Amino acid sequence: MTALLTAGLSLKPEYYEAALASTAAGSWFEVHPENYMVAGGPRLGWLEAIRSRHAISMHGVALSLAADAAPDAAHLNRLAELARRIEPALISEHLAWSTWRDAYHPDLLPFPRTTAALARIADNVSRTQDVLQRRIAVENPSHYLALDGHEWTEIDFLKELTLRTGCGLLLDVNNVYVSACNRDFPAEDYIDAFPGDPVMEIHLAGHAPDPNLGERLLIDSHDAPVATEVWALYERVIRRIGARPTLIERDDNLPAFSVLDAERARAADILRDPLAAAA
Amino acid sequence: MNPLETRIPAPGALAEFQTGFSRALFDDEAPKNADIGALKAQPAFAVYRNTVIKACIDALQANYPAVSRLVGDEWFRAAAAVYVREHKPQQPMLLQYGTGFADFLTGFGPAAELPYLPGVARLDRYWTEAHVSADQQPLDRAAVADLAAGNFFRVWLRPHAAARWTWFDDAPVYAIWSRNRSDTPIDGEIDWHGEGALLSRPRDVVQWIELDRAGCAFLDACAAGATLAGAAKAALESDANADLAGLMSTLLDAGAFARMSPDDRNHKEKSS
Repeated sequence: MTALLTAGLSLKPEYYEAALASTAAGSWFEVHPENYMVAGGPRLGWLEAIRSRHAISMHGVALSLAADAAPDAAHLNRLAELARRIEPALISEHLAWSTWRDAYHPDLLPFPRTTAALARIADNVSRTQDVLQRRIAVENPSHYLALDGHEWTEIDFLKELTLRTGCGLLLDVNNVYVSACNRDFPAEDYIDAFPGDPVMEIHLAGHAPDPNLGERLLIDSHDAPVATEVWALYERVIRRIGARPTLIERDDNLPAFSVLDAERARAADILRDPLAAAA
Repeated sequence: MNPLETRIPAPGALAEFQTGFSRALFDDEAPKNADIGALKAQPAFAVYRNTVIKACIDALQANYPAVSRLVGDEWFRAAAAVYVREHKPQQPMLLQYGTGFADFLTGFGPAAELPYLPGVARLDRYWTEAHVSADQQPLDRAAVADLAAGNFFRVWLRPHAAARWTWFDDAPVYAIWSRNRSDTPIDGEIDWHGEGALLSRPRDVVQWIELDRAGCAFLDACAAGATLAGAAKAALESDANADLAGLMSTLLDAGAFARMSPDDRNHKEKSS
């Protein structure tokens, strides 16, 4: 099924009717599974209705794979239960942590990429894949802080994670751009070094300057159109690794569905013919 | 023994980092750990802190829209910020965040002048519970009408999974809540008396009606497992003038029940 997916869109309640009516070839929709972990009601009803016409991707934000603890068993079971119900084409999570000692922090938090952390995260990814009975994709996060104690580059860390667990990767091109600006490295180098084979999905999103620090600190805000520089990085990676399911990710400041659908169509054009798009 | 258990590294530096980072996100005082202190001193640390706190406050505001509308955006977000510090989310489904918000408002000094506010919060919470509850077919009016006369008072009407009701002695909380639950303009005086509410979701959409004291007592009895006879008695003890036929009709229309047991019609079908 994954091979048939082209470009897709974040699914928000505001878009349920438009998503249900969408007929774009290869289009798909991505949800945060945490918003659908309910016993019943109209949310699940909408998701099942849209699932009956389109492929769905479940993009989790709460497994906390980079916490120094196994994923919460109850949460993992809820995820597995939703996956059985929705039969998503893709399931993804983040190289980050959010739950720690019974507190959930609604963000994707950083950690020092040590060998010990790698062992823990590899175990957490394996455990998740064992319960879900499928391969998941792990996403590169956005970086803001200067963090000491890294023993691995992010690229090598992700490569090793795929080797140890067989997991795939989700390349978020906007996160690369934001991190490159904030931590002062060339985004092109990161994009060119990113392992291509394990990439199961790509994310494109908008960002915003920090309200206090301005352009010196970019925030991965998902509240704006995809930036020109991010489109260029996207075309660059697609030319190198070939077409992959690509999401236009939007969580805030939601425009009309047609506005997002135009961005989705642009990504689909690039997937269809990356060389023409570059010309 | 689960083979996975042997592969897990013991908690160490990463655990220590996460404990310090988590505290630095929610607490104001300077971190004890020097490395975490240095991280918190970076302007970029505020991105995480702001994102975490804002997401919690946004979730609370989304889950308590009538409270927010009553007190205004600024007051709500200031109160929510206090709540967030005292009650971090314990699970990631933020639709369920703030289960203790009504109780918090009861003890929250600045809310003392609005004694009905915790009740309004309780009804906002009931709306969420009704919205996400398990799907159930509401009990059909005909099923009750078909009951053989001899069985009528022996059946137990089981409340629908989505049904939530409560009685407020001191204030017209239902009127205040229902007028503030939507964006429609509010006009007209509110008659000041005790009031109850019933929220239900017989199908997709959460519905609500005012429910009198006898109605609340009736549903309380049903929820506790009383037969129809017991529930009727409870309603009449609450209000000797209660109109039981009218009440049954109102509750069935609202989709307050899911099943009755024993199901008189099933018995008939099985025996035929």
